[in-house]
Amino acid sequence: MSDVKILAIESSCDETAASVVVNGRDVRSNIISSQIDIHTLYGGVVPEIASRKHIERINQVVQEALDQAKMTLDDIDAVGVTYGPGLVGALLVGVAQAKALAWARNLPLIGVHHIEGHISANYIENKELEPPFGCLVVSGGHTHLVLVKDYGEYEILGKTADDAAGEAFDKVARAIGLGYPGGPKIDKAAKDGDPHAIEFPRGKVRGSEYDFSFSGLKSAVLNYLNEKHMKGEEISVPDVAASFQRSVVDVLVEHSMHAVNEYGFKKFAIAGGVASNSALRQAMEEACARRHVQFYRPSPILCTDNAAMIGAAAYYDYLKGIRSDWSLNAVPNLKLGER
Amino acid sequence: MKILAIDSSGMPASVAVLEDGLLRAEYTVHYQRTHSQTLLPMMDEVRNMLGLELESVDAVAVAGGPGSFTGLRIGCATAKGIGLAIGRPLINVPTLEGMACNFYGTDCIVAAMMDARRNQVFAGIYAFRSDAEDADPLEVLMDQTPIDVKELCGRLDALAAERGRRVLLMGDGAVSYRSLIEENLTAAHWYAPAHLNEQKAGSVAMRAMDLVTVYGEEKMESAAEHRPVYLRVSQAERVRAQKAEGNE
Repeated sequence: MSDVKILAIESSCDETAASVVVNGRDVRSNIISSQIDIHTLYGGVVPEIASRKHIERINQVVQEALDQAKMTLDDIDAVGVTYGPGLVGALLVGVAQAKALAWARNLPLIGVHHIEGHISANYIENKELEPPFGCLVVSGGHTHLVLVKDYGEYEILGKTADDAAGEAFDKVARAIGLGYPGGPKIDKAAKDGDPHAIEFPRGKVRGSEYDFSFSGLKSAVLNYLNEKHMKGEEISVPDVAASFQRSVVDVLVEHSMHAVNEYGFKKFAIAGGVASNSALRQAMEEACARRHVQFYRPSPILCTDNAAMIGAAAYYDYLKGIRSDWSLNAVPNLKLGER
Repeated sequence: MKILAIDSSGMPASVAVLEDGLLRAEYTVHYQRTHSQTLLPMMDEVRNMLGLELESVDAVAVAGGPGSFTGLRIGCATAKGIGLAIGRPLINVPTLEGMACNFYGTDCIVAAMMDARRNQVFAGIYAFRSDAEDADPLEVLMDQTPIDVKELCGRLDALAAERGRRVLLMGDGAVSYRSLIEENLTAAHWYAPAHLNEQKAGSVAMRAMDLVTVYGEEKMESAAEHRPVYLRVSQAERVRAQKAEGNE
């Protein structure tokens, strides 16, 4: 079979991204135009501003992805695009652009689930990785423990009952004055702190062993800060950051390893923005090594929202003959495994 | 010149193909489904019906705003995608100028308006002239802007008196605020009929053709450059600006 070259587009949140991926794993370009500077002014992503920025950048980002791959649209075999979940206005820019490109060029169109993209990011740098495996997807908007049965076939074992892990990082970072985005800032501050300085609770969801809850932990941190403030005592930002982070990482690793034991996974992967967190990577790697489980994690550039991962996921859908039609819409609350 | 035109700025989705003096196709749907679901299937239908080769299209015209922020972006991202795919420029047509062209050649003063909520409309005031040959047939008496309905009525009364003409009110703003207009507008006026009241891509294409004919290629822009004209900052920016003002 000849090579399959997919142009992929991702605009579900605050990154405008495009990529050319050959045969699902060979990334020829991975262009990401981040809007983080502007959203930092507002302490978080503002949907209307994100949508406006996407439309200003989309053509340039797509063109750059083609240029860097040394290709033109003539070389492309299919167009892949994130159609959910995410911010509806932001998703619509990528979806409308991808549809128009595919339609005008008579190319197949493949709508991709954002989380499926994150999971598929692991295929790019690990050519030998194939399903089945277990995967923990952790980002600003998602916390999912997933059984990857086959390409495009997923079973969600657990998810968050309230805040996503990354959301908890953002909220705590704001409370201790580190600002936005919380993930990298807490990771950095925690390096100088004592993770055992403060005992914060581990979130549990009664009756569902794989589900997560981070709102209680977030409240515990806020209560701690408030208590210290009332007493007029100083807090140690590195200690709070390190202790909070340990609490999140402990729960993520514990649930993941519980699934590893129960399902007998030989391979386990992490994905999503929070998969860049150094404490999580280290703890997960150690936990997997103890169980002789092969551990996979994408490089940070493939953990953040990007289009290369969408190209990887789109490729396996392409092989299965999955196509979207011209009425493809953005679906902000799209469930994993649904079409 | 062959122009492919798109308008998804308001409730209707509309697509048209204008080839020199001939409107080859115009397809307008005003229904509940979102533009994201309707626009491209409509374009596909038009392409198939006409056996249209997209390579033969010289420019893509798009109603560039104002309008619903999301609707504008769907039309705009679609136009930008097509422009990129076929390597053709875009022509940005101010939404309300396009709408006014539904009444091309009328003796009335045309007030085109879209509901912008809280007794406000996005409105433009226009007249048509037939005298000067090389001049723009559309005379812009008030460029499109967000404005209170009452204030708009005042402007229309003044212009109607000055020019001795009747006023023609069109757009969903004229429907939403009819009673407010009746209370405030004294000049002789009438309301556009249903089939000419809203956005039509044929009018967008016509306006695009005139813009390029009268003002030249400077009215064209690259697909990469094009962006919608919202005429309003986002709420977050407005709140932030107010806070900054309050701190001064």
